[in-house]
Amino acid sequence: MGVDLKTEYLGLQLRNPLVAGASPLTASLANLKALDDAGIGAIVLPSLFEEQIVHEESQVGGLGDIGAESYGEALGYFPPMDNYNTGTDHYLELVRSASESLSTPVIASLNGTTDRGWVRYAKCLEEAGATALELNIYLLATDAAVTGAEIEERCLNVVRAVRAEISLPLAVKIGPFFSSIANMARRFEEAGANGLVVFNRFLQPDIDLESLTVVPGLELSHSFESRLPMRWLAILRDQVKCSLAATTGIYSVEDVIKQILCGADAVMLASLLLRHGPDAVAGLQRRLSAWLEENEYRGVRQMRGSMSLAKVPDPSAYERANYVKNLVAYSGPHI
Amino acid sequence: MARRFLSLDGNEAAARMAHRTNEVIAIYPITPSSPMGEHSDAWSAQGQKNIWGAVPEVVEMQSEGGASGAVHGALQGGALTTTFTASQGLLLMIPNMYKIAGELTSTVFHVAARALATHALSIFGDHTDVMATRSTGWAMLASASVQESQDFALIAQAATLRARVPFLHFFDGFRTSHELNKIEVIDDDVIRAMIDEEAVRAHRLRGLSPEHPVLRGTAQNPDVFFQAREAVNAYYPATVEIVKEEMARFAQLTGRDYHPFDYAGAPDAEQVVVLMGSGCGAVKEAVERLLSEGQKVGMLTVRLYRPFSAEDLIAALPSTVRRVAALDRTKEPGCEGEPLYLDLVSAFGRRWKDLQGTELPEVFGGRYGLGSKEFTPAMVKGIFDELSTDSPRHGFTVGIVDDVTHTSLDWDPTWSTEKDDVTRCMFYGLGADGTVGANKNSAKIIGGNTDLYAQGYFVYDSKKSGSVTISHLRFGPRPIDSTYLINHANFIAVHQYNFVEKMDVLEAAIDGGIFLLNSPYSKDEVWQHLPARVRAEIARRKLRFYVIDAGAVAEAAGMGGRINTVMQACFFALSEILPRDEAVDQIKTAIDKTYGKRGRAIVEKNWAAVDAAIENLHEVSVPSETVEVADEALALVGADAPDFVQKVTSVMMAGKGDLLPVSAMPVDGTFPTDTARYEKRSVAREIPVWDGDICIQCAICAFVCPHTAIRMKAFAPAAAQAGPASFDTQTWRGKELPDHEMRIQVAPDDCTGCGVCVDVCPAFSKEDRSHKAINMVPKLDHLETEQKNFDYFLSIEELDRTEVKLDTVKGSQLLQPLFEFSGACAGCGETPYIKLLTQLFGDRIVVANATGCSSIYGGNLPTTPWTKNAQGRGPAWSNSLFEDNAEFGMGMRLATDHQLRYATQLLAEVGVSDSEIRALLECDQSTEEGIRAQRARLDALREKLSGRDEDEVKALLGILDVLGRRGVWIIGGDGWAYDIGYGGLDHVLASGRNVNILVLDTEVYSNTGGQASKATPMGAVAKFAASGKPSGKKDLGMIAMAYGNVYVAQVAIGANQRQTLKTLLEAESYDGPSLIIAYSSCIAHGIDMTTSMSHQKEAVNSGYWPLYRFDPRHGETDHLPFQLDSKKPKIAYREFASKEARFAMLERSDPEAYAHLMKLAQAGIDERWHLY
Repeated sequence: MGVDLKTEYLGLQLRNPLVAGASPLTASLANLKALDDAGIGAIVLPSLFEEQIVHEESQVGGLGDIGAESYGEALGYFPPMDNYNTGTDHYLELVRSASESLSTPVIASLNGTTDRGWVRYAKCLEEAGATALELNIYLLATDAAVTGAEIEERCLNVVRAVRAEISLPLAVKIGPFFSSIANMARRFEEAGANGLVVFNRFLQPDIDLESLTVVPGLELSHSFESRLPMRWLAILRDQVKCSLAATTGIYSVEDVIKQILCGADAVMLASLLLRHGPDAVAGLQRRLSAWLEENEYRGVRQMRGSMSLAKVPDPSAYERANYVKNLVAYSGPHI
Repeated sequence: MARRFLSLDGNEAAARMAHRTNEVIAIYPITPSSPMGEHSDAWSAQGQKNIWGAVPEVVEMQSEGGASGAVHGALQGGALTTTFTASQGLLLMIPNMYKIAGELTSTVFHVAARALATHALSIFGDHTDVMATRSTGWAMLASASVQESQDFALIAQAATLRARVPFLHFFDGFRTSHELNKIEVIDDDVIRAMIDEEAVRAHRLRGLSPEHPVLRGTAQNPDVFFQAREAVNAYYPATVEIVKEEMARFAQLTGRDYHPFDYAGAPDAEQVVVLMGSGCGAVKEAVERLLSEGQKVGMLTVRLYRPFSAEDLIAALPSTVRRVAALDRTKEPGCEGEPLYLDLVSAFGRRWKDLQGTELPEVFGGRYGLGSKEFTPAMVKGIFDELSTDSPRHGFTVGIVDDVTHTSLDWDPTWSTEKDDVTRCMFYGLGADGTVGANKNSAKIIGGNTDLYAQGYFVYDSKKSGSVTISHLRFGPRPIDSTYLINHANFIAVHQYNFVEKMDVLEAAIDGGIFLLNSPYSKDEVWQHLPARVRAEIARRKLRFYVIDAGAVAEAAGMGGRINTVMQACFFALSEILPRDEAVDQIKTAIDKTYGKRGRAIVEKNWAAVDAAIENLHEVSVPSETVEVADEALALVGADAPDFVQKVTSVMMAGKGDLLPVSAMPVDGTFPTDTARYEKRSVAREIPVWDGDICIQCAICAFVCPHTAIRMKAFAPAAAQAGPASFDTQTWRGKELPDHEMRIQVAPDDCTGCGVCVDVCPAFSKEDRSHKAINMVPKLDHLETEQKNFDYFLSIEELDRTEVKLDTVKGSQLLQPLFEFSGACAGCGETPYIKLLTQLFGDRIVVANATGCSSIYGGNLPTTPWTKNAQGRGPAWSNSLFEDNAEFGMGMRLATDHQLRYATQLLAEVGVSDSEIRALLECDQSTEEGIRAQRARLDALREKLSGRDEDEVKALLGILDVLGRRGVWIIGGDGWAYDIGYGGLDHVLASGRNVNILVLDTEVYSNTGGQASKATPMGAVAKFAASGKPSGKKDLGMIAMAYGNVYVAQVAIGANQRQTLKTLLEAESYDGPSLIIAYSSCIAHGIDMTTSMSHQKEAVNSGYWPLYRFDPRHGETDHLPFQLDSKKPKIAYREFASKEARFAMLERSDPEAYAHLMKLAQAGIDERWHLY
């Protein structure tokens, strides 16, 4: 008899906890179908970025203005474009066709910049047929005059505003840089989040030494990065009731298992899929079943959170001591 | 049927009918008719159908000659076919027009009538072009308004199908073609009722078909040609009857009643003005006013000008008429009278007595409105006044002051026919700031949502950057046919604060009118900042004065600097044409309609701007004390300017050119160069300022500056010390100029603020990466200092050209540019090439310039950027036409070559010694030293020969200059070189003559607004290629290389300055034809023009624009003639293309086509790379 891989995430029944996280891979319907066929538990589409849409809209709007009505011989420089698409249409179409053609739940993802934008696009995504919505909150607090409390309130307001307008299950993808992550997690839950995705992996820019310019630093995650969500899942698991999903650095079945043990209802795969394609899903699933079977678990639900902060014999292992121990345990060539 | 109204301009109104009633449309861009082709192309691209349910095929040709040929062919193929054109374009169609009429073929050409180039080019309206086609055998139907341009487009189409005589339907360029007016539109039912399907079938059946073969276009001999020519006669009187029938049918269907000649006025009029076209609107108002004063006057509107029906003409006039003024909007120098005058005299002479039975009226011919000269009711009053004198003048002019031959009539400019119930508004805006667009929108809102009629007319200035637009809007309860500018305005809005400082913006304000100013100063502060002149006007005219800081409101609403919506909201709030709340709703609806499909964010920002505008609009309480102000004129040029600039140029610069009399004008269109520097336009908000400590003296900023607003000089240390305190200098880092200082200087009032210099600057501070050796700073903070620095900089003597290493990028920038401060667009990609050319050879070249952007920024009055050096030498420049520029330049070469031979012959004849002759003819003039030595020889010879009286000596002295080195440069854009002038270009290349051809390749017809040419790359969206250009760019260089003896190069000045420099030097030194194809960034590419130069690197790095030189001289040595100067492509074509809106548009509108075309284009690049 096989083990039960089923799990519940944002109130949705998933056939297994493996979720394709938001990445360029999930932007094409062909890839989505392949993931579905490979048995993925759910799919998160890449984020719809309000900033980019507005930028494109204003660029399109500005097109007709380039040099327009300035000189009598040339009142404009471009033909009128009636069927111009600034990105929203394509994205909504992807949501629509994915929702219609896939058996697995389709979670749309949104990155807004204005209160109005968050709500407007959230509604569009709901109307387009998304099963759930992931709010990709990315607020870089660069202004020394803005306090942490203000930033926190802004983040919470986004969730409250969207929650008030749509009825879809809501996940919030949060960053690891709040002073009190556990407190924020609880407040997000209170604001209406049905789940939290830990953590948003902010892409850090790089410097090109040849041109001395700042360039986008696009690098896929590494396995060791999965430790951060793991620890926090363990901490959060017993303090919030909402779903939890792990993301970042999940490559092997071992990574998957550890996240679930700590408390993840779902485990997001992105870099792995970008490197190895949708085919990687089937192997991971097989190995997960094998491990569960070998270790005599009935299924994912049984294992989930069984090593959370409250359930490990030595909770401090997740806490500060962890740090000291690490240093001590390290023995390299210079020690 | 319900009446349906729309606010349209004349071009769109005519094109709507043409598109609905044709099957094939062959087009070519020419101002002011281009929008008719653009609309048709866009409609067909969107799948709009004609009344037979098919989408008309719209095809762009290589010239109007080509378009008319295609039309002729399509007509012979049996398709209903049309075209649109104007001016020189119409002239190019004349050969085919004779053919089409000779073959009795039904078609209508829609013409936005425009002046022909004579002493100068004019893009503006008159009837010179259509009058040149009188003898072609075409019927000519004249529209006088936007409404008529729609109605007559249909009537002409209906009539030609029945009459078989082709029709030229024309309306006045700009005044009608570009005037926005609320008209009653024609629905398909009416179109169908007007078009005789039987006649359509007959037309199609006359098409050539091998199923019923015929021969059309024979060659005929003296025995029958004449008779055959007369065989068409009966069709012409029949055409008049058909037009009358079609007009009657049209009246039945629409209620709008037209006749070949329409009379309006007193039934017992004694004086009548006869004319056609838009001037009728002004005449109508004047006549109505004079009638109300009891005068016996009238007007006759000529609608069907050919075939000319004397009978209908005379029947339309009252028998009481004694004196007639025949007004022609054209000029035929040396004639007895202009065409309409002659027609009237002839018709009256032949038929008046037997049809009217009264005494023959006297006819006086007069000219008005040439090149869109204003024609007002006051001028019409002047004409009637002249008719009332004892002996009215024949051959008079009106609207100008002719103080030479005294043809002009006086008129009283204060005589107005404006009605009180018409709201008259003027808006001063900056080109591309959205003012005109918002006003068009306002006219449509009011026209579309109220019973009011609306009219909009828009005046643009002669510059492409920092230009001023003036919108004239009228709103009233009756159709508005005031076909002249507003000069009694009850609402004036100034959208840019600095206009109050440099223009007389309140000139047209009426007492008690409203003045709205976009001001950075609050309602409490603004008064003290206004010039005294403006304060006095406000007080004197008791204006209601309002301010808003539109920039701040727009910024707060997230609209950046776009103030148009803010100002539009204020206009509605203040003008009270609509109740305020309703107005706000209407603007918001209009915003939704305009931007809705582009996304909600933009709509919401605009909405927010509307709300904020009204909250931030404040009335200024005007102090009650009187403002005393001396009658200060706007001083535009200094006392050091030449006499012509002081007396003539400065008047044009002040916008008062209408006041210049005939005597102020050169008789032959010859103008002095070196005038742009007097026109201190100061249009930039930010200017670049040099930081010498960081500068590495590469001179790239000066090299690429499109406006010659950045210059580099090297000079002796003493000169550096004598400058103002702020005149920082650095030690020159080159060995060739030891003990020299240098400085990079901005011309603060000539800079357009494009930022290209900063973008290309490679040097930056080690402490602050964002700080470069040249940085943009707010102009006002630095203006005074930099003005002083620039003045001093100019006063430093130019370096001796022989001391400069002019074959280096840095060295070349020490040479004085002889092309400066043009009115080209900010960031223009063409002008840096021209500037460099003049630095290298400007003191010894003649330039043939094709019509296009370069002839406009180079030769559009009031000033020219072409200039001269301290010795008075500089480029001599001329523009012939668009299509003939290569031949025109070759003619210059032929003249020079002939004069050289003749001078050689004369040298011996006048007794110059053999050794002197050898020295003069065989000297080396390939270097600056050689050129200077030859000039000295020529001076000595001139000196020696002076005073001698023989004919040979005088002849030689007249042409002696030609012995000095002289280059012929033929300059033009891709529209000329790839399309309309390609045949000539090819011939000139093949001739082997020593000419240098510089093609400024912007890959579209830039000057007329970005229509596709054969230089447009695959996948780019352009006008006439709205679905993305499906074919690749023509490889002009490869074609030229095939001759083997042509120097050919492809350059991109932003990508490789050194290669560009080398190319120009090699081309000039090559004794044969040279062709340089120069990549020229353009606003029509849809890039940030600050990156105009740096972006060119991507064009080269993608392999799209390989740099190469093909030098036939190398064929004679061991070298290969072809030298590739750019490296293997580093980035994909797609990566380059994605940064330009012309490509990105297609990606958004049709991703599949985009992907397909990108793939094909990449394959093309790969293949070409392999080939090279």
